[in-house]
Amino acid sequence: MTGNSLDPYVARYAARTAGMRASAIRALFSVASRPEVVSLAGGMPYLQSLPLEALAAQASRLIAEDGTVALQYGSGQGIPALREQICQVMALEGIAAHPDDVVVTVGSQMALDLVTRIFCDPGDVVLAEAPSYVGALSIFAAYQAPVVHVAMDEHGLVPDALQAAIESCRAAGRTVKFLYTIPNFHNPAGVTMAADRRTRVAEICRAANIAIIEDNPYGLLGFDDTVYRAIRADDADNVIYLGSFSKTFAPGLRVGWALAPHAVRERLVLANEAATLNPPVFNQMMISQYLANFDWKSQIKAYRQTYAQRRDAMLAALETHMPEGATWTVPDGGFYVWLTLPEGFDTTAMLPRAVGARVAYVPGTAFYSDGFGTRQARLSFCFPTAERITEGVRRLAGVLDGELEVMRTFGAGFPSGARPSLGSDAPAPDTA
Amino acid sequence: MDARHVMVLAGGLSHEREVSLRSGSRLAQALRQVGHDVTVRDADDTLLDWVGAHHPDAAIIALHGGRGENGAVQTVLELAGVPFVGTAAHECRLAWDKATAKVLLRRAGFVTPRWVTLSHSSFRDMGAAGLVAAVARELAFPLLLKPHQGGSALGTALVRDPDQLPAALVGSFAYGDVVLVEEYAAGTEVAVTVIEGDDGPVALPAVEIVPPGDIFDYEARYTAGTTTYHTPARLDSELDAAVAELAVAAHRVLGLRDVSRTDVIVTADGRAQFLEVNVSPGLTETSMLPMAVATAGRDLGETYAELAERAIARAADRTAAI
Repeated sequence: MTGNSLDPYVARYAARTAGMRASAIRALFSVASRPEVVSLAGGMPYLQSLPLEALAAQASRLIAEDGTVALQYGSGQGIPALREQICQVMALEGIAAHPDDVVVTVGSQMALDLVTRIFCDPGDVVLAEAPSYVGALSIFAAYQAPVVHVAMDEHGLVPDALQAAIESCRAAGRTVKFLYTIPNFHNPAGVTMAADRRTRVAEICRAANIAIIEDNPYGLLGFDDTVYRAIRADDADNVIYLGSFSKTFAPGLRVGWALAPHAVRERLVLANEAATLNPPVFNQMMISQYLANFDWKSQIKAYRQTYAQRRDAMLAALETHMPEGATWTVPDGGFYVWLTLPEGFDTTAMLPRAVGARVAYVPGTAFYSDGFGTRQARLSFCFPTAERITEGVRRLAGVLDGELEVMRTFGAGFPSGARPSLGSDAPAPDTA
Repeated sequence: MDARHVMVLAGGLSHEREVSLRSGSRLAQALRQVGHDVTVRDADDTLLDWVGAHHPDAAIIALHGGRGENGAVQTVLELAGVPFVGTAAHECRLAWDKATAKVLLRRAGFVTPRWVTLSHSSFRDMGAAGLVAAVARELAFPLLLKPHQGGSALGTALVRDPDQLPAALVGSFAYGDVVLVEEYAAGTEVAVTVIEGDDGPVALPAVEIVPPGDIFDYEARYTAGTTTYHTPARLDSELDAAVAELAVAAHRVLGLRDVSRTDVIVTADGRAQFLEVNVSPGLTETSMLPMAVATAGRDLGETYAELAERAIARAADRTAAI
């Protein structure tokens, strides 16, 4: 008698799906959507400040007046008008680009997927900051491209560590395809790469013939209105720049882009067509008209003010409530604070306690491909109000007290491997 | 059967919210297929107002863990006068506490793996080292650690030697202040669903579980393709009868109502040992109750619709008695 595994396809999945399994940690994030829980886990922008009624009218007009275009198939590269506007947006960061070199994608997540698809064979190494964006790590895993993490500090990626990582990989006979970096208001670390380091990183990669993937979703969200000069602004040949409207406008429209050297762009367009035929035309037109008809720069300023206030609330609460030995980054833009707890804490193992105490965060191990990050957690300040953030940090402190008490009872400092297995610890994207 | 307005409660605030949402969705679909009008909703602070406004004919609790199984939601429904499928509030409290259920089953003459129940405060106040040593002396390794309340194997850890015990305890205490430390019984794991009908509680065919590792953990439960299930279980007729008897006994001894699922391990010596019982069994695509229902040749929607009718009739009887 043969049993039933409940999945008749189980023997037929590609090897790259091996890590796609149910996870207790992911399940725990489900509770975060309940209003009783203060979720410091998700990276959802605060959309309440958008001019929703005016956008509704725009959407209505778009269908009524241009419906046959907006609802039709479109160009695999994206509509020309939006690509021109994207160049104007990038000009704010010092980038001089031609619309022909822009490929519009289903969010910048798709752009990164396409870039990885056209560059990485299984086994090719991707260099990324330690820690790095969890969604990027998922893409690299799906293409079976191992990640080698490169140290970063409060000034961003450490150039000497980058050089050493390249040399180490090459000495081991490994092929490094590109460096993936988030230079501004890093997700999850919250830090920004210093200007001199950008220059140095670009030099190192150019000399090593390694492309830079510059992922910049948060670049316009600097709290003191500073807009940092993009790496791409000074290196058009060796940088593929990824941009997004998800943080500056609306993630639900799923529109991002890649700016790439001509030859790479050609392949990206073909890959884009193979993957999606074309990015959604209606969504592109919505964004194009929003950029043309609304004061989008003022909207971004409003976002900055909101997020700055919430950042301040989080930092003040951390200062008040965190135990001795805890440290955290002080972001000057973006969505995230990176918290490091004293020795002995395991943020993955204590997440059930946190959820029980009605507060959620993302454990640090989600942002490493190599098991590091057990003492770290990403705290988001983008979505909850300042008052809720304060309450959430207060609850988190209570969780730490409880965890500390248990650790003291048992003598603390245990290898996490001895604890119950919790699996992958990244939340779904709509975790509030 | 008349079309009824059935409220399926799913979600909740427990660690098992995700599983509950899946259970609720599956159950709602099954009930709609047999013609019922179903509302799936959470058990939150709008529940009583909603019940007052919509007067559902019956409720089915697809909440797992926490208030959905510890009697809290059942009490609310009892107070609100909503007929509901499942065990009454008081009895939920007995079954929900794993150690209490084990004690009652053992008193009734059934076998259950040896265990101790320990709170964090016991370790803290009486010295962890001594207590860990005492546990290691008293119980035979490997040990299975389980939060004494809760399901879906969340917080469950297998501990092979005493050195691993403190770390595993720290992990399990993240789910609650009390941990059941149980001797790990290797053998054939089966889940037996009990459904009540006019003739009393009846065991459905046992579902045998063969997880990929030593324990049937969350990943093994909810990743289709990882665990192999045998329906009916590959037990000889004597053992098959024994696990069915155990499940029905658990249902009766604990005073359960309508539906339950008892987890049993059949050890190499041929004994059926009680592990734990669930008053709100999972109903997801990888859950054992729907497998048992299908193996019995029954339909999930019809089965729960019949249970809803029983709940409605029960409420009518009570009203008539008053």
